[in-house]
Amino acid sequence: MPNLKDLKNRIRSVKSTQKITKAMQMVAASKLRRAQESAEAARPYAERIERVLGSLASSMVGNEFAPLLLAGTGKDDVHLLVICTSDRGLCGGFNSSIVRAAKSHIQELQAQGKTVKILCVGGKGFDQLKRVYEGLIVDTIIMRAVRNISFTDAKAISDRILHMFDDNEFDVCTLFYNHFKSVMTQILTAQQLIPALIPDPEESTTGDPQSGTAGGAIYEYEPEESEILETLLPRNVSVQILRALLENAASEQGARMTAMDSATRNAGDMIDKLTLNYNRTRQAVITKELIEIISGAEAI
Amino acid sequence: MADKVSFEMVSPDRLLKTADVDMVIVPGMEGDFGVLPGHAPLISTMRPGVVEIHDEGNDVEQIFVRGGFAEVTTEGVTILAEEAIAMADLGRGQLEQEVSYAREDIDDAKTDEARDRAQHKFDQLIQLLDALD
Repeated sequence: MPNLKDLKNRIRSVKSTQKITKAMQMVAASKLRRAQESAEAARPYAERIERVLGSLASSMVGNEFAPLLLAGTGKDDVHLLVICTSDRGLCGGFNSSIVRAAKSHIQELQAQGKTVKILCVGGKGFDQLKRVYEGLIVDTIIMRAVRNISFTDAKAISDRILHMFDDNEFDVCTLFYNHFKSVMTQILTAQQLIPALIPDPEESTTGDPQSGTAGGAIYEYEPEESEILETLLPRNVSVQILRALLENAASEQGARMTAMDSATRNAGDMIDKLTLNYNRTRQAVITKELIEIISGAEAI
Repeated sequence: MADKVSFEMVSPDRLLKTADVDMVIVPGMEGDFGVLPGHAPLISTMRPGVVEIHDEGNDVEQIFVRGGFAEVTTEGVTILAEEAIAMADLGRGQLEQEVSYAREDIDDAKTDEARDRAQHKFDQLIQLLDALD
């Protein structure tokens, strides 16, 4: 028979766990709203820069002077994977789903005989990847100290990546992050950053009614196309990273909120079960004592 | 609308303004240009300067941008600003801050090309500072 005192202690400890998860859920909920707002606010810029880039890039197709960031180095031997995760845990499957996708991508690339390098943004991804792929990790960028992700943070990361690209350290760069769809769903996204992917013109016309006519128009350029591209391409990299970071931050809070919600509910179920058990045991103890008294009295 | 320009201004962290206006003056890299309805499609880089939005007669809204891109389509203008501050909120101090950043850029520049670019930006800022007085 379980000890009454033990049961009481367990109920107390589960209750305090429940209080913590409940508090975390509420904190995540309030952070989520802010993160979601900034993620959504960043979308227009990223979409438009993609559109401008698309129309510029399509005019550069086949041009041998096209910048390397657009055309690539002509090889795809060395892949750099930028893996954006969170710095804090307790957010359900958020980090593991990114890491899992990245791992399968790495295995695929290694099977093809490519060299893989990893740049971790966020500590949790590093923690999970270092066990298997420690040798591949180039660097880890911890964003823990950053409260509101700003363009400067994204630019620091993109500068680093571009610097590596200039030094010929990789040929293809892919970005892994969770796209924020709703509180419950995050869509895992692997986006190729370098060389820049040219959006399919047909696809972009369906997405944005405005570009229907703009997509087909012939632009004038001021200054030259190549000069614009030279500033636009690095900028595009930072903007895409900023978008990834913001989407990731919103997804993280969403994932944490749902994870903590179910944790709170589970704790509640457990408390109910334990309380029932506790009461049963208590009654059993009373009954036993009564039987002892009665049978003792009868014996006299 | 045929007689209006649909104007959009976005910075990396948010959509700043969308409106249908009469005319927009954009500080292009190779000189300011005005955009009226029916302007030919154009993509231009911007230097640090002031975007002027003209609407309904004499109403002029001025927004300072720290460089970026302008995309002109047959329907309107999209400004992809690196950073945008409404002219009314922009104090002299902030602009001076910009100037000192630009000066640092010149000192930090590693290649001649980068130095030229930084110098160019610095000159433009000085010009702007003069215009403010």
